[in-house]
Formats: sequence, structure tokens, C-alpha cells
Amino acid sequence: MNFFYFIMQNRGQVLELTLEHLWLVGVSTLLAVLVGIPLGIMIARWPRWNKPVLAGANIIQTIPSLALFGFLLPVPWLGERVDRLAILALTLYALLPVIRNTYTGIRGVDPAVVEAGRGMGLTDRQLLFRVELPLAVSVILSGVRVAVVISVGLATIAAAIGAGGLGEFIFRGLAMVNNQLILAGAVPAAILALLADLSLGWIERRLRPR
Amino acid sequence: MKSTAADDFAIEFRDVSYTSPTGQQVLSGLNLEVRRGQTLVLLGRSGSGKTTALKLVNRLLSPTGGEVRVNGLAAGDVIRLRRSIGYVIQDAGLFPHFTVERNIALVPTIEGWPEERIRTRVRDLLQIVGLEAQMASRYPRELSGGQRQRVGVARALAADPAILLMDEPFSALDPLTRDELQREFLALQQQMSKTVVFVTHDLREALRLGSRIALMEAGRLVTVLPPQDFVRSDDPWAAAYVRAFGVGPASAADGDAS
Repeated sequence: MNFFYFIMQNRGQVLELTLEHLWLVGVSTLLAVLVGIPLGIMIARWPRWNKPVLAGANIIQTIPSLALFGFLLPVPWLGERVDRLAILALTLYALLPVIRNTYTGIRGVDPAVVEAGRGMGLTDRQLLFRVELPLAVSVILSGVRVAVVISVGLATIAAAIGAGGLGEFIFRGLAMVNNQLILAGAVPAAILALLADLSLGWIERRLRPR
Repeated sequence: MKSTAADDFAIEFRDVSYTSPTGQQVLSGLNLEVRRGQTLVLLGRSGSGKTTALKLVNRLLSPTGGEVRVNGLAAGDVIRLRRSIGYVIQDAGLFPHFTVERNIALVPTIEGWPEERIRTRVRDLLQIVGLEAQMASRYPRELSGGQRQRVGVARALAADPAILLMDEPFSALDPLTRDELQREFLALQQQMSKTVVFVTHDLREALRLGSRIALMEAGRLVTVLPPQDFVRSDDPWAAAYVRAFGVGPASAADGDAS
């Protein structure tokens, strides 16, 4: 019961760090969607770009997160504000699932349907917005869902460079060997991940083409 | 109707060849024309190049040699061209996320028809292809194969194109439904006299629906004959088809609409 007592005692700070955490995850996911979906569409259209783009996103994914935060720290504009840096790093990690699922979703549309659309005189644009994207939307969204869940976890590490978020509690708890503090960061982060997963999963099912 | 003036032809293939991007020669030396209001059947086995020939008409593919003229023109705005040609494929290729109504209304919608006109048109088309009005709000997955194919035909007819391309539209249907749709196709064609190019591997279907049958084999046109001549032809490939399907000269007559 000590843990709940601690949370109640510090609810102001828990709330603040949770909001910071949400901000990091939200902005980075938004950026990843804005960059990743067009990239996914591009490599679905021009398969020549498929390998380099996916390989690039894959390589980023293999860089350990602490190392990536460290690498980016000396970069001029980024290093000035650590939350910028954290958002960039989280965006880079979120790219792969978004790009890959956009690609898979669009390539997964029944070729007969695409050909029928083309044969009826839809332009590339009309085909994309009226047929391919609506039919791929649930696959794309499941990529976003994966990206968000990964980001919620990764964002705890952003506290290592002082970017805030629920990781603050975790790192402080580690330094002070205080399990309550660690849990005060980890439990809300886990709850956030779960909530994001459930709500995006629900939207995904609603949007799935019948 | 015996005039040979070029504007009698809705579609002309002039020495057309097509080599696929992988370097395979799919069509060579194809010369063929389709008169306005006629139904030309492209008959052949899979790999004979009949579907390729069809896709050259609405330029889903471009010839690597020769030219394909539609209404006398070999070039022009491809999007305009496709919207003026109805396209029906096997399994209909309906958009699964659209209702029957939106499927049928697609070309009129992107062409910017007023809503009232679209609704009226959809209602008329459903009746023409023999579907009840309440089908309009269904999704393709809720329809039977025959119903889907009817919607496919209605969708192709939506903007009232003069030319209709049909790629094995009835092949995946059970024999009874196929027979029904073939019969309705003939009745429709009698009213509307579209220029139709119809791809099939079924000689019976070809004899029944075609004004002329173009037999294709290995990327070449073997012969073009009216159904009644096809069954009597001494061309070895035509004769092989007639033997394989066990049809006699009598069969050509019962399906003949003209």
C-alpha cells in the first residue's frame, strides 16, 4: 500500500510527468505518421525505393536507444533543448512500423480491385485516396499502434538526457534504490501503453473494411 | 453494313505486338478490327494473349509495336479514354468498402454528375441488370457471385460508354447462373448495341455471344470468323476447339442474337 500512498502524496508530480510523457509520445508519433505514411505510399508505388527506405528504418531501429540519445546530444539545434532531441529520436524509432505497415497495407489491396479502378479511369490520386488508402487504413493504423506502444516504453529513457516524462521517477528510483519511485514511473507508463493499445485497437477494428 | 470505312471501326489493332517488361513476347503481328455495335469474342487458352489484347484497348498496357486505335485515335488522354470504355473483369473487382450504389456510381461521381442524376442512373442500372432496388445499400461481400457480376456490368455501363471490355466475366460462375447472365447479356446487347470485346476460353460462350470470334494461340491471331463459320472451319486450331467442346454446326445457331 506504500506505493499508492506515494502516488497520492505526489499526484501533482505524477500528473505532470505523465503529461510530459504523453507530449513526447504524441508529438513524435504525429511526426512519424506525417513522414512515415507518405514514405510508405512512395515505396508501394515505386518498389525501387522499397529496399533502401526499409533498410534505413531498420538500421535506425537497431541502434540502442540510450546510444541514439547520446549520439544526438552534440547536434547543435537539437542539443539546446533536450525535448526536441527526445522527440526526434522517438520519431525515428516509430518510423519503421508506420512505413512498413503503410507499404504492406497498400500492397495488400486486391490487385483485381486496383486494376478495375485503373481500368475505369481513376487517376493515380483518386485510386490512392478512394481505393488504396481506405482499404489499407486498418493495417496502417495497426502500425501506428505498434509505434505508440514502443514509444511509450522508449520515452522513459528520454529522462536519462533530462527530457522529462515518467522516466524521471524510474531513474531517480534506480539512483536511490527506491522501488516505490521506480514503480511510480513504470506503472503509469504501462497503463499508458495499455490504454493506447486498446483505444487504437478499437479504432482499427471500426475502420477495417468489411 | 458492308462498308469498310475506317470510322465504321470502333477498335483497330494495326500490326500490334506486346513484349512484357520481363521480355516475354505476349502478342505479335496482331491485326484485328471491331465494328461498332458488334461483339467480338477473343477466344483462346490462358497465355494466348487475349487478356493482353483487351488491356491494350483501354491502355492498361501499351503496345511495344504497332498501334491500337480507339475511335480512330491511337493517342490522347488515357483517363478520358478509360472513362469512355466500360470494363468488366472476372470476379467483378468490386470495391469492397463501397456499397453497390457507390460502386456503380463511381465514374459518374468522379465525373461530377449531380447527385439526383446519379441516384436515378443507379436505380435504372440495377433494373437493367436485373437486381432489386434494395440491393443498392448492400456491400459486395453480401452478394452472390452472380449478383456481384451483375453489379460489375452495371458499374461498367454507368457512364453509358459506347465500348465495353469484358474479361472472362462469367467464367467463375456456376453453369446455371452463367447461362442466365449470358442470356441477359444477349438481350441487353440487342437493346444497347454496344461495341463489345469479350474474352473467354469457353467456345460455347463464344458461339453464343459473339458476332465474330477471334481465335488466339500463343500470342498470334489464328483466325477471325462468325460463329456459324467457326464450327465448320477447317482451320486445325478451330477444329480442335470444336472437337474439344463437342459442338456441331447446330450450336452456333441457337445462341445467335442477330
